[in-house]
Amino acid sequence: MNGIISGRNSSGWLLVMPFLLLVAVLFLGPILNVLWLSVTEPKPGLGNYAALATSSNLVVILWTTVRICVITTVLSVLLGYSIAYAMANAADGNRNWMLSFVLVSFWISVLVRTFSWLMLLGRNGLVNNTLIAAGIVSQPVEFMRNELGVLIGMVHYMIPYAVLPLLASMMSIDRRVLSASRSLGANGAQTFWRVYLPMTKPGVVAASLLVFILSLGFYVTPAVLGGGKVMMVAEYISVQILVTLRWGTAAMLATLMLLGVLALLFVMSRFMKLSAVFGGMRR
Amino acid sequence: MRRGLLERLNGAWAWLLLAFLVAPALVSIPVSLTPKRFLSMPEGELSLRHFAHLFSSREWMSSFWQSGVVAIVSAVLATAIGTLCAIGLWRIASRAGEAVRAFLLLPLVVPPIISAMALYRLFVPLGLIDTYAGLILAHTVLAAPLVLITVSASLAGFDQRLEQASRSLGASQWTTMRRVILPSIRPGMLAGAIFAFIASWDEIVVALFLSKFGIYTLPRRMWNGIRENTDPTVAAAAVVLIAITLVFFLAQALIARRNRTSRSSQEAS
Repeated sequence: MNGIISGRNSSGWLLVMPFLLLVAVLFLGPILNVLWLSVTEPKPGLGNYAALATSSNLVVILWTTVRICVITTVLSVLLGYSIAYAMANAADGNRNWMLSFVLVSFWISVLVRTFSWLMLLGRNGLVNNTLIAAGIVSQPVEFMRNELGVLIGMVHYMIPYAVLPLLASMMSIDRRVLSASRSLGANGAQTFWRVYLPMTKPGVVAASLLVFILSLGFYVTPAVLGGGKVMMVAEYISVQILVTLRWGTAAMLATLMLLGVLALLFVMSRFMKLSAVFGGMRR
Repeated sequence: MRRGLLERLNGAWAWLLLAFLVAPALVSIPVSLTPKRFLSMPEGELSLRHFAHLFSSREWMSSFWQSGVVAIVSAVLATAIGTLCAIGLWRIASRAGEAVRAFLLLPLVVPPIISAMALYRLFVPLGLIDTYAGLILAHTVLAAPLVLITVSASLAGFDQRLEQASRSLGASQWTTMRRVILPSIRPGMLAGAIFAFIASWDEIVVALFLSKFGIYTLPRRMWNGIRENTDPTVAAAAVVLIAITLVFFLAQALIARRNRTSRSSQEAS
């Protein structure tokens, strides 16, 4: 019996090997190299990290990134909660339709969506033209090249990522608990605040962390809609590498970002099975 | 249960939000039909000239082709190694195995910008920048975890005793794999392959770092067009991309529905 089990195990490890090697060589190694660069480029030491204390530029970028990510997370989870709640309480057919909407928006290329926002939010964009034609504003509103534009684009992108974990946690609620609350005399609002919301807390935490993690490293939408005026860490890293060739600074920022993401994932794994969360996502 | 007023209001609000999720992408349709030479909403007459330009432009067509090649090869490779790995981890079924699984999901959670700089740093000395091989390798690593997830989900519903039965009836390990295990996880492999294809087809950040002139994928060309922000051909390309997305979405939804019905009929019988 032991022989069969160990044979099963060793053949199992053999099947795991190609993927494991690929990730070790093409992923782990190069990323450790980046971490190493952060303390060796341009000269050995913690100089890159010390720059955080002296360079106001770096502090502004980090602060902007964290602030935008927090606002994006709060808005995405609030709006996502509303969608997930409506879905969880809808009839099956309706829910499938709503899910299709969420998934289609999930699947549309981030470049297509960013391009669309560019067309909608520009000075002569559809939104401004409509507002002016309707007489609501007389001058075009600046929707782009500022944090407002970045937030609109990011929240739009992140809502589906918030909806899926929230929906999963709402669907697992035993509805008899809600009936029990009502029959014990609580009204609808009390039932929601005191029973429903606390029961969906794991979903809220998972959705918030997921959106925050994805926002931290988000590159495309902030770079385009920020138009160079709103610099977040991901864009700054790419500028350091491709334009100013300051690998040390880029590696230091990448290290901070990576540590942040891993710490948040660790917190998240306390609340939810990670594979369940990532099962619904694709990037 | 009686639906309260607030709940109905929230239902309407949720539909508005869903419209907000999908509707903005539709703006590329009118913009792609403008008769003018710059990005604008059409006034009055419509024109297909930007689609004509898209499909006759050598650059855009080569980008479609290159993206297709990279995405198909990456998806096939990712499906192969991701499936093998999922079966391996399913057989091992131990704590060590689960730790390895968590490690292998790393490419999904590391921000793309970090993967991009790490791969760039690795590929420059190897001469893999701006080559098919480099981009395909990168996309395979990024997409294989998706296959691992979908195939593992399929395997979770697979009865281990079927494998044991096949082995004890004299089938070799290879025959058991091919005739018993693979057929029953095919839906997971197919879903994983689609996810892997889309992940590569859509991927921009890593492609920005790993390609220059020789390899110019579709997202890369879109990115350039968006940055220049003048040529309406980008809008035509966006419309084509939306159409392709919808086709894949429908295909995937049909596969999922077929699996559901076949599973429920299995359970019923």
